[in-house]
Amino acid sequence: MKDNVTIKGGTHTDRIHDSAIKHVTGRADYTDDIPEPAGTLHAYLGCSSVTHARITAMDLSAVRAAPGVIGVLTADDIPGTNDISPTGRNDEPVFPTETVEFHGQPLFAVVAETRDAARRAADLAQVRYETLPHALDPVAAQKAGYPNVTDPLKLERGDLATGFENAVHRIKGQITVGGQDHMYLEGHIAFAIPGEDDDVVVHCSTQHPSEAQHMVAHVLGVPSNAVTVNVRRMGGGFGGKESQMNLFCAVAAIAAKKWNRAVKIRPDRDQDMTATGKRHDFVIDYDVAFDDAGRIQAVDGSFVARCGFSSDLSGPVTDRALFHADNAYYYPAVRLVSHPMKTNTVSNTAFRGFGGPQGVVAAERMIEEIAFALGKDPLEIRKANFYGQDGRNLTPYHQEVDDNILDRLIGDLETSADYRARREAVLAFNATSPVIKKGIALTPVKFGISFTATWYNQAGALIHVYNDGSIHLNHGGTEMGQGLNTKVAQVVAEAFQVDFDRIKITKTTTEKVPNTSATAASSGTDLNGMAALDGCEQIKARLVEFAAAKWDVAPDQVKFLPNTVQIGETRLSFDDFIKQAYMARVQLSAAGFYKTPKIHWDRSSGKGRPFYYYAYGASCSEVSVDTLTGEYRVERTDILHDVGKSLNPVLDKGQVEGAFIQGMGWLTTEELWWDEAGRLRTHAPSTYKIPLASDRPRIFNVDLADWSENRELTIKRSKAVGEPPFMLGISVLEALSMAVSSVDGYRTCPRLDTPATPERVLMAVERLQSAL
Amino acid sequence: MTHRDEIRFLLNGRDIVLPDVGASQTLLDFLRLDRRLTGTKEGCAEGDCGACTVLVGRLHNNRLRYETVNACIRFLATVDGCHVVTVEHLSGPDGRLHPVQQAMVEHHGSQCGFCTPGFVMSLYALWMQTPEPSEAQVETALQGNLCRCTGYEPIVRAAVAVSRYGTPASDHLIAERDAVTTRLTALRDGRRIVTGPAQDRAILPASVDDLATVLTENPEATIVAGSTDVGLWVTKFLRPISPAVFIGHLDGLKNIEITDAGLTIGAGVTYSECQDAITGMFPHLAAYWDRIAGWQVRNMGTVGGNIANGSPIGDTPPVLIALGAQIALRRGNDRRSLPLQDFFIDYGKQDRAPGEFVETIHIPQATAGQLDAAYKISKRRDEDISSVAAGISVSVEGGTIRDCRIVYGGMAATPKRADAAEAALRNQPWGEAVFRAAAQALSDDFSPLTDMRASADYRMLSARNLLLRFYLEHDAATDTPVQLATA
Repeated sequence: MKDNVTIKGGTHTDRIHDSAIKHVTGRADYTDDIPEPAGTLHAYLGCSSVTHARITAMDLSAVRAAPGVIGVLTADDIPGTNDISPTGRNDEPVFPTETVEFHGQPLFAVVAETRDAARRAADLAQVRYETLPHALDPVAAQKAGYPNVTDPLKLERGDLATGFENAVHRIKGQITVGGQDHMYLEGHIAFAIPGEDDDVVVHCSTQHPSEAQHMVAHVLGVPSNAVTVNVRRMGGGFGGKESQMNLFCAVAAIAAKKWNRAVKIRPDRDQDMTATGKRHDFVIDYDVAFDDAGRIQAVDGSFVARCGFSSDLSGPVTDRALFHADNAYYYPAVRLVSHPMKTNTVSNTAFRGFGGPQGVVAAERMIEEIAFALGKDPLEIRKANFYGQDGRNLTPYHQEVDDNILDRLIGDLETSADYRARREAVLAFNATSPVIKKGIALTPVKFGISFTATWYNQAGALIHVYNDGSIHLNHGGTEMGQGLNTKVAQVVAEAFQVDFDRIKITKTTTEKVPNTSATAASSGTDLNGMAALDGCEQIKARLVEFAAAKWDVAPDQVKFLPNTVQIGETRLSFDDFIKQAYMARVQLSAAGFYKTPKIHWDRSSGKGRPFYYYAYGASCSEVSVDTLTGEYRVERTDILHDVGKSLNPVLDKGQVEGAFIQGMGWLTTEELWWDEAGRLRTHAPSTYKIPLASDRPRIFNVDLADWSENRELTIKRSKAVGEPPFMLGISVLEALSMAVSSVDGYRTCPRLDTPATPERVLMAVERLQSAL
Repeated sequence: MTHRDEIRFLLNGRDIVLPDVGASQTLLDFLRLDRRLTGTKEGCAEGDCGACTVLVGRLHNNRLRYETVNACIRFLATVDGCHVVTVEHLSGPDGRLHPVQQAMVEHHGSQCGFCTPGFVMSLYALWMQTPEPSEAQVETALQGNLCRCTGYEPIVRAAVAVSRYGTPASDHLIAERDAVTTRLTALRDGRRIVTGPAQDRAILPASVDDLATVLTENPEATIVAGSTDVGLWVTKFLRPISPAVFIGHLDGLKNIEITDAGLTIGAGVTYSECQDAITGMFPHLAAYWDRIAGWQVRNMGTVGGNIANGSPIGDTPPVLIALGAQIALRRGNDRRSLPLQDFFIDYGKQDRAPGEFVETIHIPQATAGQLDAAYKISKRRDEDISSVAAGISVSVEGGTIRDCRIVYGGMAATPKRADAAEAALRNQPWGEAVFRAAAQALSDDFSPLTDMRASADYRMLSARNLLLRFYLEHDAATDTPVQLATA
């Protein structure tokens, strides 16, 4: 055995996704693929056909009488509490009893022998309504005097009045930032199997098994220990399965207990998209003061969000919009206020970035406004406003930015993307091309990592080493494609110095690790990787103690080497060593735990350190626009992104590529469109257009900043990767803006709202041209 | 000859015989619920995401051809006589990964994995046809597959690299081609199939003549060719379609005839099947044709169906009307033919009598001096329904516009000619001013709607600008690009 042999699949190595082979062969089981016990029933939701109304009568007799129907569930059938609000505000009933608050709101569920029978029966309900006036968008809601769904947040720092008084230049503007549907390929699904006493097991596709467990217990009126929630994997989540699965879990569990049969519920895509929440859209008013050099002096921002009928996660989402309304820029004086508006739409929810991207778009719009006003390259304005040292490093929430690497990162990208020469080439092209216009933009991202709900920043793991040396890994995080399980298994492999394949990755279950946090806020690896490591270290400490005693060496003479253990002069294979430890009655199992240090946040004063650290990135995109139709294509994108010291560079790169495309889709073709009656008309991939392979940039260069290392003691000095690169897509929006502005000689900020569909692009071209 | 009341096909190499197949039963539900072949996923049940992609091998002119289809909107009865191949059939008996699968694994082409089997099947079909595809070919093959995780980059890299992991010659579907052809040929007994319960009856006529008879007997039947529209009536709207008369299998509707007079295609010819013929004769349709839906839908959907369903936003009617297409209809043994433009009467109303069916479509050869263009504007470039589509055909003689046909989709309740704009061009000298005048005249021709695809203002403005684009594109003096470069 050679000493220089390394384990297969340790940390900081490229490792394929643990399920990759199962994915490509179709053998990876999703919830709908689990074999159904005999007698399994199927539930389907019956939903409202109006937007805002009092329910005067609900006649479900035809539903009950339909072929194959076993029964229906209404609010009256809920044994416990009729509420699934994830923040405990008691504003989100499973089924409403008096008032319909949005078009497509679930009113009841029908349970039948087959899914097809349930679907057909659900259409037969006779519901009578007394319609009420509705407000769909947040500005209309404000005008109609609708309430906030949750308390607004205000962030303030510096002397705003003086900032504006001393302003050399001042611009006020508004941007509408559109929402986004998650469009995970696997829709919502829950599958409940009743057990004895109060017990029920729910297999489902949630990012937050503990919350689903608690919600099911809540609606059943039983303690949490009666409910088990299992998740092996999701077919995508992106935030859409953080709180939104609660409804489906609740319905499946209630029905399973009521009829004592297994019950599955899976909405079709249209119902999935109409009955579950999306990214919040915002109307943002900004007022920015700046000097001749483009340095921002003061910012006053108002962030009005469409939250939908209930609070769901709108509080922390709108908070995070404010936390990121600075993006990478220092505001000497600032006031940022959120307005989380109630509207008669589905309750909006988490989505990758969690409000942050909307804030960042606002920051970049202000930069753009300044650049157009001064006739400068927006990149110059960006650089002039980056967080720096000496009094220019305090955020609007009073956290110091002390790990900024943007100067180097932007510098590197500017060179590798050849930004300056290409910008000159774009300007030259536009001067001679009357129809096709180009644009180029280089935009930065700074994103704060940690749940702003401080108590969420904890995690647990359960590690067993069996007496044959095989290892069982369980933790509270969920796998939705991001490779979390792979990375955590790499951490365990590294800790024990065993090959990756020795570790069995198991489904997430509330039975093994309790009280877990959502796999969200990009925190999955940071939290669960550390918790798993803690479990490994506990077992290793016992093993070292055992070995030191048995072989009579000092503890530092016990070393875990690749697949072997060196104890003084003795060398054993890992398996033999474990066998001996077992025979000596060493406990080979441990529950690991982790909580993020250093963070604190006082919402009432708007001060604290909500984020453990920041992740950074930048992208440079070039686009071509057809000024006759508004159609466009992305010619080239270059990305340099910071993931600290990557645990698995190839998986991290995959996250960056995927997030960029998803962010680009959000800002370009993904449009949520409600008709006047309040019906969402873009409710399936036929009408809601996420990017295709052919929408990728023609040239797409993605690199990780391999020189970066987290200054904080995160898992192996890595950084979170799920959300930050989503905002790299903003470079496409900014490039489109430049292309549009070329039609009037770059004199006017085109103020593109998002998504910048071909229609919005053409209408902006038309607006600029007709003002000439 | 008596009717057959069961359907017979091969599934992953095994013989399947199914009695009592209802018209609205989908292939996807059969695979997942009846056979528990759960590798094939449901993502949207409307043929737009590709998670349910499987291959269907069928005989055409005695040649076995495997094509990707969306199992979610493919009716089970229509796989009679076919070989259905799912992702479970890809790796060999020894469990070794197929080259396509190996390439996807090694290029990290899956993240959540839910779309992955569908991608694998599309890439498999591509690799069988084109073992070493270009990126552009990969993108075209993947127009019907959505991935929300990867951003596609690793999938495209995998697709381009598949040939490094194996050649089609070693593939078992290709190795077994002759044997499967023999088995499928043996399944053909030339009989009409009538199957399914009375309230969900499926009829597969034995021939085109038999189709005429069936429709005379069942004049209110739902005629289903590729099911890319009717499939959604079932999966989305739960509409009954019984009795459904399936015509996609009829060789007699699959003819493609090229003569000096022009191109004639049978009503059962899919977009894919006529792509070479139609874009060969009308090169201006090449880019446009690739933008009709995604690959799976082009393999299923037919030009005849696109016409017969009368949608105001169908892709082919505007460009075919612009080319002066005629269609032939048949009821029993009575046949008539009419200009395609006259077929569309009003929204949802076509000139087709009960029991009558579209038999062929004829597109006349272009005349000398005829300038043609086909434009489509959609929110997303590929696999999207148009907000505005235009077919423009202008005949110029000695610098004067002699005749023209300007046809728009998405601007009215039917695909419709722009009479006022045409009048503004006819007998006018070629030049920007007359095209601008024609563009202005469009407001006399159309009052478009606002909906989720586009506003009325955008529709009108872009429709006008397409006339300007046509002018610039065909004007000798323009030397800068007027359209975005395609791949």
